[in-house]
Amino acid sequence: MIFEGLAEKLQNTFSKLKGKGKLDEKDVNAAMREVKMALLEADVNFKVVKDFISRVKERAVGDEVLESLTPGQHVIKIVKDELTHLMGETQSKINFSNKPPTVIMMAGLQGAGKTTTCGKLAKLLKKEGKRPLLVAGDIYRPAAINQLEVVGKQVEVPVFSMGDKEKPVNIAKESILHAEKHGNDVVIIDTAGRLHIDANLMDELKEIDQGVNPHEKLLVLDSMTGQDAVNVAKEFNETIEINGVILTKLDGDTRGGAALSIRAVTDKPIKFVGMGEKLDELEAFHPDRMASRILGM
Amino acid sequence: KSYTKIDEDLFEELEEILITADLGVNTTMEIIDQLRDRVRENKTTDPMEVKGLLKELLTEALEEVADPNLNLETTPSVIMVVGVNGVGKTTSIGKIAHKLKGEGKKVLLAAGDTFRAGAIDQLKIWGERSGIDVISHQEGSDPAAVVYDAIQAAKSRKVDVLICDTAGRLHNKKNLMNELGKVFKIVNRECDGLSRESLLVLDATTGQNAIQQAKIFKEVTNISGLVLTKLDGTAKGGIVISVSKELKVPVKLIGVGEKLEDLQSFEPKTFVEALFD
Ligand SMILES: Nc1nc2c(ncn2[C@@H]2O[C@H](COP(=O)(O)OP(=O)(O)OP(=O)(O)O)[C@@H](O)[C@H]2O)c(=O)[nH]1
Ligand SMILES: Nc1nc2c(ncn2[C@@H]2O[C@H](COP(=O)(O)OP(=O)(O)OP(=O)(O)O)[C@@H](O)[C@H]2O)c(=O)[nH]1
Ligand SMILES: [K+]
Ligand SMILES: [Mg+2]
Ligand SMILES: [Mg+2]
Repeated sequence: MIFEGLAEKLQNTFSKLKGKGKLDEKDVNAAMREVKMALLEADVNFKVVKDFISRVKERAVGDEVLESLTPGQHVIKIVKDELTHLMGETQSKINFSNKPPTVIMMAGLQGAGKTTTCGKLAKLLKKEGKRPLLVAGDIYRPAAINQLEVVGKQVEVPVFSMGDKEKPVNIAKESILHAEKHGNDVVIIDTAGRLHIDANLMDELKEIDQGVNPHEKLLVLDSMTGQDAVNVAKEFNETIEINGVILTKLDGDTRGGAALSIRAVTDKPIKFVGMGEKLDELEAFHPDRMASRILGM
Repeated sequence: KSYTKIDEDLFEELEEILITADLGVNTTMEIIDQLRDRVRENKTTDPMEVKGLLKELLTEALEEVADPNLNLETTPSVIMVVGVNGVGKTTSIGKIAHKLKGEGKKVLLAAGDTFRAGAIDQLKIWGERSGIDVISHQEGSDPAAVVYDAIQAAKSRKVDVLICDTAGRLHNKKNLMNELGKVFKIVNRECDGLSRESLLVLDATTGQNAIQQAKIFKEVTNISGLVLTKLDGTAKGGIVISVSKELKVPVKLIGVGEKLEDLQSFEPKTFVEALFD
């Protein structure tokens, strides 16, 4: 719908240029204004948009307009290609350790969807023949442990918990011994939601990281996040050097520009997307689909 | 950056601040246009004064619909709390209940989220923290029935304020919004003549999607106020300017942390000031 809006605007911008062979700077500038608006409306971070636009501009100026396309369509194609490229060419998977158990840790802001995603990932891996163990590493949120236990029951995966008095790093360490003893080849650690500027809790995250050396550290991010996504992703990445991102709540109608923002600042792949509250609603990430979505296609 | 005259660069910088604070392109353009007008009208020449004018404009926009008070005249009064997933509904209820109890009110909570794992226990823990009862059914039961029971309990126990939690739901899920509509139908039927608030909780980290959230929740639940949570982070929550402008609903409360007392009344001036920090 919005894409049609953008497409239409670009067609209008170019309507006076019928039969033009090459795109000149003036044409491209006019078109890029529309693209810039569309990206900002999609919540792509302001600075990321700026960089993106100047990159696309560079590529588009002097470009031969494909015979099969109008200048408007041609520009959209360049924009979409560039966006897809930025989002990562291929979908990513979990890195499994050749010395099990593989340790996966979730991290992110409050309410992003970590606990739910732990359950979803456990379910997915179980279906692939793994024997996951869920670990209750959130000792703060009221009923967080209970929530993970309910989720564990729903996906029929055991949950390791030591209550809410033990330090999360100790819980994590202990859970790995437990997994080794019980033949669990994947350990999925849930952690408390925390603000990227909360020094104590970010230190705690680092402590867990250093304590158990997870093979996968996944930043769980709400796809409705606005301009702040870059700050969040940057801080988490600097603190624990994440391996990838899981984008949640994409079953909503957000355009999801945060996806582009976090890619741009962390250069880490988006591995999965959350497509609902139910525990089988986790899907692989498709860069091209995300590019279309951000553009509103 | 310091400016010697009022030029395009200055307006662009201000534009960037607003967009980075999540006001969105449209609202930002509108406000910057108004700013240009005001600069002209006031014959302002000092670039140092322009930011002040912008703050004035933004504060005015918010004050136009500002009303931090909750309408809780009758006994009982009912507060419904709604919003998309994970924004802070249950936590805000814990905080609001604590605040009202501190004001000497008798409060009761209803565990209207029967869907999310652990949601009922989560609300009960919040209730315990301030010694407030929670009416609940089993996980998976009908939320409308819980709310119905809670209203009857509120009436018979002579409770001052009943606060109902609801499950988080995305506004584009028709069936879930219908379910919420049903809950509100019960409330409307059972609470005729009683003071009511329908609070939409928005997460300050949310971008432009909040507008859509507010529009659709307003259609279904007749929103009377907004609660803006997670303002203790680095997100500015500028989206509420667009939302309250467009829907004419005031921001009533803000969440600034995860503790019982981390709730404040919304103050337009302070909020606008923080956009520029
Ligand atoms: N619609 C939808 N809801 C989701 C998705 N993922 C999670 N949720 C919901 O988002 C809310 C928050 O999810 P949680 O898993 O509790 O989030 P969390 O990050 O563990 O939260 P904290 O532990 O409080 O930081 C819940 O209502 C979930 O059901 C998703 O992909 N789509
Ligand atoms: N930093 C911060 N965290 C908050 C604030 N309000 C809520 N939270 C956290 O956000 C997370 C989600 O809060 P909930 O109250 O469970 O949100 P909800 O809207 O009830 O979630 P669902 O019922 O799953 O839709 C929890 O980790 C809360 O502690 C706030 O003002 N600041
Ligand atoms: K959120
Ligand atoms: Mg959690
Ligand atoms: Mg809740």
